[in-house]
Amino acid sequence: MNNIKGKAWKFGDNIDTDVIIPARYLNTTDPQELAKHCMEDADPEFSKKVKPGDIIVAGKNFGCGSSREHAPIAIKACGISCVIAESFARIFYRNAFNTGLLILECPEASKDIETGDELEVYPEEGKIVNLTKNKTYTTKPLPQFMKEILEDGGLIPHIMKRLKQG
Amino acid sequence: MGKKPMTLAEKILTQKVGKEYVEPGELVEVPVDLTLANDITGPLAIKVFESTGINEVFDPEKIALVMDHFTPNKDIKSAEQVRICREFARKHKITHYYEGGACGIEHALLPELGLVVPGDIVIGADSHTCTYGALGAFATGVGSTDLAGAWLTGKTWFKVPETIKFVYYGTLKPWVTGKDLILYTIGDIGVDGALYKAMEFTGEVIEKLSMSDRFAMCNMAIEAGGKVGLIAPDKKTLAFVKKHSNRTPLVLKPDKKANYLEIREYDVSKIDPVVALPHLPSNVKPVKDLPKIYIDQVVIGSCTNGRLEDLIIAAKILKGKKINPNVRCIIIPATPKIYKEALKKGLIEIFIESGAIVSPPTCGPCLGGHMGILAKGEKAVATTNRNFVGRMGHPESEVYLASPAVAAASAVLGYIATPEELGL
Repeated sequence: MNNIKGKAWKFGDNIDTDVIIPARYLNTTDPQELAKHCMEDADPEFSKKVKPGDIIVAGKNFGCGSSREHAPIAIKACGISCVIAESFARIFYRNAFNTGLLILECPEASKDIETGDELEVYPEEGKIVNLTKNKTYTTKPLPQFMKEILEDGGLIPHIMKRLKQG
Repeated sequence: MGKKPMTLAEKILTQKVGKEYVEPGELVEVPVDLTLANDITGPLAIKVFESTGINEVFDPEKIALVMDHFTPNKDIKSAEQVRICREFARKHKITHYYEGGACGIEHALLPELGLVVPGDIVIGADSHTCTYGALGAFATGVGSTDLAGAWLTGKTWFKVPETIKFVYYGTLKPWVTGKDLILYTIGDIGVDGALYKAMEFTGEVIEKLSMSDRFAMCNMAIEAGGKVGLIAPDKKTLAFVKKHSNRTPLVLKPDKKANYLEIREYDVSKIDPVVALPHLPSNVKPVKDLPKIYIDQVVIGSCTNGRLEDLIIAAKILKGKKINPNVRCIIIPATPKIYKEALKKGLIEIFIESGAIVSPPTCGPCLGGHMGILAKGEKAVATTNRNFVGRMGHPESEVYLASPAVAAASAVLGYIATPEELGL
């Protein structure tokens, strides 16, 4: 997995899927269309301000609410490289892995990082470096099974590999 | 047989993997009995499925495609999404494709059609798939990719969840429903209070609840972060299943000595009708403790509370009364069958006489899709399940979640109230 460098965008607890991508825009599955409205009801200018590689940092229960996979798709398509949170809602957690969006649970980083902080993320090592605050945080290691899905490039390539292996 | 005692969730998964027992934290692969998607999540699942180049679904009888969210199609893009699903259904000879006059809100429709029975494993690309836990089915929401994965293999994987047991005892106060019980519970444990966990609802109060109230409770397990919300099948469940399905139920019950992460007990005689204030389903307060909150709209319907029993409660309150002139009251029977029965019972006439709007079955306003969008600053009382920022329309609108009883009384009075304020 590649290492990541980007600027942090900080959000609070219980960021729900209606905030990540409001249902009124779910009449399409086009990632670029969805990206335009990412986080719109929390920050209407978000998709314009965000730069490729930037990182969302949030509190607990990120992605709660609906099962819409449009949520991780919108986040990824607007250029976000990684979401760091204290905890994730379970459907969002699966959806992120399935669609290849890197997410990391790290309560310490979640509390400490502020909007604008420059971050480096080393997913394999489970390390987040805050260049602005000169601090290093350790993330929970990825479960082996989830790591396999990520290494195969998402759930579908993982299934296809297994089907081929019989 | 000296078997390891298990919770209901553990028992269902154990049966499906064909083992002696499963333990929380263990990853299991299980065959699915039913998979479902709607007009929002279906097209994405189809896109993922078709990207594999595999031309055959695992079983066309175990896929349900329910076009309920933006239908009757609200705009061109929505119509295109439905067309993608329709063409996929035709190509793969999907048995359970529903749109138009055959369509209802998925989580009311599928049990009514007998497609879910106790002991089933159901995954749905809709977070409220957990509704079927009221039938004793292990049912949970997944994303479109997980769903497409199951269409390829007929299987899915789960981490066996730990279980929290919720025991309800005592006597319900007047106008307190299953909706109040689940809102109260979410208010108690928080929107992530059951994150990744199975919620098992039990106790003398649950035994007395109608299936409609049970569906409403399990429906909102996800609002506490739960993976599943389960009620062990009893006589009422089996009567419901017998009426609606030809399939044989797998009746499993939790063991008395099962290992629960936590057991929470509630004396319901202390619970009043409640609402969840904006903008979280856990922001729960008794209606009697609220100041006068004037409202612009009421919605009675959804996969939580659009069933016949819910409409009967609303009609009891609205009979012979008028909707407050400052309020738009939208009533949505969840399925065509419920609509027809409401018509036969004279409920629809009561609603129209009262000045309410009766909508065809649709998820529409619940998710701010169509058929009742809120303007900036407007407030709504809804029997739906979410009150997040912008959920029913403008980001500065507000949604108050309540039972059909509180919603109907509020529609008449123009502010959030219980039926008791109408002398009922």
